[in-house]
Amino acid sequence: MFFLETTEKFFSYLGSILCFIKDTFYWLFTKKRDFRILGREIISVGINSFPLVFLVSLFIGIIIAFQTAYQLQQFQSEIHLASLVALSMVRELGPVITALIVAARSGASITAGIGSMKINEQVDALEAFGVEPIDYLVVPKFLAMTLCLPILVIYADLLGILGGYLVGMSKFSMSFGLYMRMTIDALGPIDLVSGMVKSLFFGSVIAFICCFEGFKPFSSIEVSSSVTKAIVRSFVMVIVIDCILTAFFYFI
Amino acid sequence: MSQEMIKLVNVKRSFKDKGILKGVNLSVGKGESFLLIGRSGAGKTVLLKTILGLLRPDSGTVHIEGQEITQLTKSKLEKVRLNFGLVFQNSALFDFLTVWENVSFFLKQHTALTKGQMRRKASETLALVGLKGIEDMYPYELSGGMRKRVAIARAIVYNPKIVIYDEPTTGIDPIAVDKIVSLIKDLHSRLFITSMIVTHDLDTGLEIADRIAFLLGGRIIFEGNREQIKESKDKRLIQFMSGASGGPIKEMEV
Ligand SMILES: Nc1ncnc2c1ncn2[C@@H]1O[C@H](COP(=O)(O)OP(=O)(O)O)[C@@H](O)[C@H]1O
Ligand SMILES: [Mg+2]
Repeated sequence: MFFLETTEKFFSYLGSILCFIKDTFYWLFTKKRDFRILGREIISVGINSFPLVFLVSLFIGIIIAFQTAYQLQQFQSEIHLASLVALSMVRELGPVITALIVAARSGASITAGIGSMKINEQVDALEAFGVEPIDYLVVPKFLAMTLCLPILVIYADLLGILGGYLVGMSKFSMSFGLYMRMTIDALGPIDLVSGMVKSLFFGSVIAFICCFEGFKPFSSIEVSSSVTKAIVRSFVMVIVIDCILTAFFYFI
Repeated sequence: MSQEMIKLVNVKRSFKDKGILKGVNLSVGKGESFLLIGRSGAGKTVLLKTILGLLRPDSGTVHIEGQEITQLTKSKLEKVRLNFGLVFQNSALFDFLTVWENVSFFLKQHTALTKGQMRRKASETLALVGLKGIEDMYPYELSGGMRKRVAIARAIVYNPKIVIYDEPTTGIDPIAVDKIVSLIKDLHSRLFITSMIVTHDLDTGLEIADRIAFLLGGRIIFEGNREQIKESKDKRLIQFMSGASGGPIKEMEV
């Protein structure tokens, strides 16, 4: 019985979020955009995320470099440090870590923001004044998220590689030129493409889930549970999609 | 053309198996100032949102100027909504916009006016509701009464045919209440509009309205003018008007 109910709930959730996504695309292509609103979203989603992404990716780069160096030591092949750090960052950690940061930071603020507008009737007010909430609220956030995430991921990749270089320099006294050459040699076009494809998927999934949950609450207590749900679901979806895409790019 | 601005026929709506509207029949004539009263939680706001098509009824029909809106598509519904100006229960001003941007929100979305023209129109409308010099403030900087008046300005700026006030006097101090009441009366006579006021505060309501309907238990149990409500023998009405806790309406009944 429990199993049946859960399955039913899951599919009705899936149905309504798919409908939501369809509406978002409908409005994306029907109305003309107010670029000031889009700009505001890009600042809050993207630009304001740079410091946190900086901090986290640099440290991740350093950590990965140490961890890789430790494993390479056992095969006496520390020379591959640069290429391994670059591959882990660009293919895997850059997109995933950045997506999780953005989900926690900007995703939470999206859900809380729409949620509080919902509970004090501002969402109804939009509709009452002939403005479609999906068009006015969701589309700019969706665009900002999907545009900004790939850029943030590139930025995170570069910082991760820099973190790797810091380790390479201090531990193995590699020169910057050598480290960078090895990094570039290691990265093929497919690695870059897979990172970008992932980040596009992550960005839009986070935007959809966080906006969708924002429209759910009816009272302030439900705003907090909506934010929790939005972040948990975003995290889970990021990991699931990452798994699928990683497998996909491994096999092609 | 019908002289009925708003007409509801047997409208039903429930939330999660809990019936809120259980067959509401109602009609509001052109140019009328109409009062809908009912206890808190009776479903007045739900009824309003149904009239505007923000909520769809489970069954029954809503007619605006003779046109049935229950089955309309979203874009057609949006057109019908342009007839309405709605003043929300807790004002519902957009807190990311300044006062003048709030007031001219509709103009920005639906007209091609320039920024200067919109700002001028917003200032004029704010003056109409008795507010000056607050154009560049944000809603959170205003008192409840002022916010309510900004909300009224936002709702009348585009000359809608019908203005609906949801609890315009709830939660503000008595002096502000008095100002809002005279403002609503004043606007009603000056703008030649249909007004619909929704409140649980009978005294202020009676001051404004030509005709009154009483929502109880999901149905309209009384509809008539000021004299009729005073002469009514319905025990539930008498109890509501005198504000007694003992009587046919129980504490939990809405
Ligand atoms: N969207 C909704 N979902 C679930 N219940 C709702 C919703 N809107 C209103 N209700 C319920 O309907 C009842 C009437 O609400 P409302 O119309 O706001 O009353 P009031 O007459 O005070 O305006 C309340 O019990 C409320 O909980
Ligand atoms: Mg209400």
